[in-house]
Amino acid sequence: MAETVKLTINGKQIEAEKGTLLIEVARQNGIEIPAFCYYQNLSLQAACRMCLVEVEKTPKLQVGCTLPVAEGMVVHTDSEVVRQSRKGMVELLLTNHPLDCPVCDKGGECELQDMTFRYGLGESRFVERKQHVDEEQWSPVVYFDRPRCIMCYRCVRVCNEGLDVTALGVGNRGVVSQILPNFHDHLECDECGACIDICPVGALTSGAYRYKTRPWEMHHVGTICTHCADGCRTTLGVRNEKIIRGNNRDSSGINGEFLCVKGRYAFDFTEHPERLQSPLMRAGGRLEPVSWSQALEAVAKKFIEVKQGSGHFGVIGSCHTTNEENFYLQKFARQVLGTKNVDHHRSGDLATLFDALTDRGKVLATVEDLANAKAVLVVASDLAQQHPMLANQIRASRRLRGARVYTVTPGPVREDKNAVASVRVQKGGELAGIESLRDKLKAESDLTIVFGDAIQGESLRKLIAFGDSLGLAVKYICLVDYSNSRGAFDMGLIPRDGGLSREQMLARDLDVLWVVGANPLKEVRGESKAGFLVVQDLFLTETAQRADIVLPAASAYEKTGTVTNVCGEVQKLKAAINVMGPKADLEIMGLIAREMGPAAVRTLGMWLPDKVFEEIRKTVHGYDVPMPVVATGGAAPTMPLNGRVAALPGSISSAGDTLFTSGTLGRYSKVLNSVMESPGALYEEKGRHS
Amino acid sequence: MLAAYPEGRKRSAVVPMLIYAQDETGAVTPELIAEVAKRCEVEPLQVDEVVGYYSMLHRKPLGKYHVQVCTNISCLLVGGEELYEHAKKKLGIGNKQVTADGQFSLEEVECMGACSWAPAVEINYDFHHYVTPERLDQLIDALRKAN
Repeated sequence: MAETVKLTINGKQIEAEKGTLLIEVARQNGIEIPAFCYYQNLSLQAACRMCLVEVEKTPKLQVGCTLPVAEGMVVHTDSEVVRQSRKGMVELLLTNHPLDCPVCDKGGECELQDMTFRYGLGESRFVERKQHVDEEQWSPVVYFDRPRCIMCYRCVRVCNEGLDVTALGVGNRGVVSQILPNFHDHLECDECGACIDICPVGALTSGAYRYKTRPWEMHHVGTICTHCADGCRTTLGVRNEKIIRGNNRDSSGINGEFLCVKGRYAFDFTEHPERLQSPLMRAGGRLEPVSWSQALEAVAKKFIEVKQGSGHFGVIGSCHTTNEENFYLQKFARQVLGTKNVDHHRSGDLATLFDALTDRGKVLATVEDLANAKAVLVVASDLAQQHPMLANQIRASRRLRGARVYTVTPGPVREDKNAVASVRVQKGGELAGIESLRDKLKAESDLTIVFGDAIQGESLRKLIAFGDSLGLAVKYICLVDYSNSRGAFDMGLIPRDGGLSREQMLARDLDVLWVVGANPLKEVRGESKAGFLVVQDLFLTETAQRADIVLPAASAYEKTGTVTNVCGEVQKLKAAINVMGPKADLEIMGLIAREMGPAAVRTLGMWLPDKVFEEIRKTVHGYDVPMPVVATGGAAPTMPLNGRVAALPGSISSAGDTLFTSGTLGRYSKVLNSVMESPGALYEEKGRHS
Repeated sequence: MLAAYPEGRKRSAVVPMLIYAQDETGAVTPELIAEVAKRCEVEPLQVDEVVGYYSMLHRKPLGKYHVQVCTNISCLLVGGEELYEHAKKKLGIGNKQVTADGQFSLEEVECMGACSWAPAVEINYDFHHYVTPERLDQLIDALRKAN
């Protein structure tokens, strides 16, 4: 601790770091100073006057949220005069605040409600009519009820400082001030919903959640978002087997309170009407619904037949399924089907990265490392669009801890605005761009390099050589697309030891192609080349449409297991809802094995997530993670940098999803489709509309 | 103008830039907001906030002569309110309205810092002290004649 001061709050002797805000010191010592506008990590506002406290030897009450503690300060937070002032403040806030708590979304978890109960007067002396203004819809997901607003400016600050979007502002002055959206009557922004989350009252409400339930009628399930690879924890509010909202108000994950539009709203694909309900089997050229037992039997029969006939298998796994499922699938392929043809859609060159960094210590940055990095270099990625949480982390590091940001990208990115240096490069010119920053980067004390799919193979080795030549501690984050892209690689869904790559499998006349949770035929025209195509998926995708047997799969929000995020951190999924019809991919694979006979089950082991994870911990490099961390919902970093990985066949490319797309899942999310008109392509400067 | 502010403080120029631009164009239009935002490297919304906040920035064109009558406490005590009522009758318009010929507009304003010489009236950038209804008539008539 730096220089400390001694002060007294409510008669309690307290030692605190000099310069800390009084409100923080009080909170750290278990003394509540109520406040609306004060919010940790946002700029100070001192607008609500709820935190007024009495400081001896000062003539007037002091604002606790802007007052740094000083030596010998004697503070009273619960004296008669302070209590009176709080009552007055609450009374003023309530003069025009509608008392529609019984229908307000915020009722039950509203800070104004809580404060009124705790510190309020109970009755108001104001008898005048309240000024009503109709609610406004600012975007498909943001509604504004002006009379409920207490002008704390939290939304404006979080949008401006936290997200760097500046879509909200304050219009007019005095009693007619109001929060404004950036396009007069509507918002064009990230639609991240941070403003709704941070609103202490029900002024900003969510289009996806409003008027659907009361907060106490839901149960809350903390799980991991199934969209991009950042691995944000989203706490799903569930009622009657329906996910009603997603947020992370308890800051329980690596993302803190941050969620993007996908984590917050795009869980609605789970109840899309086109969701597959029962297995489908091709009969007379058409896919017809059949029972699970018929479908599983048919798959097992085909697998046995092809295996006995020494036929060729191909297995393509998913970037969304759990580690357990990916592990089980590759084991199934290698040990039961006896094929090396195993792959998934690879979106970052992890093979080369792990190989080049073999036997080094902690050189893969975790999300926490990124937050503490003194300098960050973003290469070939529109981070704010593709990896919103990492982008948010970098913004926070810069704003709160002065991290220095560099960008080397093919087009403008949001990070440019606050970057020390930005270099525009053509595809292929990334390394030259980085080289031009050499002198600047050399002067940093440490560096985290975040790079996209343009850096692969030889250029990745050159990037690492460049990092080594700087003479400082360099850490790396290899960007991958989806929630368990990293896990799919780590679990071995890769064509090692001479297996066929995804592209090769699609081009060959394999006897059986087994696709689990992927859509490799999306861009391919005509029939599948495989003799027999088995697909496990949530929807009838382009691939599933051409299948011989389709097995309906559960989504990540409907099963347990673990996933590994882009930084290699393992986190636990918790099932939020149960669905009729579909089964978890692990169970489907287990049941196929059972149909194939006891030998297959003996080889693979039971299809229980915990059992499979035990095996992963014992056998997969770097996955010997502490069980208590994972079991309690923490993020356990993995260090897979041992054992060389030979070069793999096949291509590596990101699907290039933006903030508002998410592969197949995104296509079936009504919310994501409704906000699509907002920022579109990657590397497009937005915001500066003139 | 941006050169008058320290490096990285272009935002500080928003208010003076708006005032000078308004003098030239007559009002703060959305195009003007966008242009100022571009020059000062802020979002148009942030310029919009400033326009809403300051009462001397107007979104609609004013008259050629903008008559501002103070009715704040010091002026009120020595006849500011009567003066304002007189001005309304004389010009035939209400608060923040413009005469049909576009020559005059009227605004009831808060303290202009001329309390020592109350009641005060400001016409465009010119202050007039100890203004009586008769004096106001003379001022307005003189301006009418000047056209």
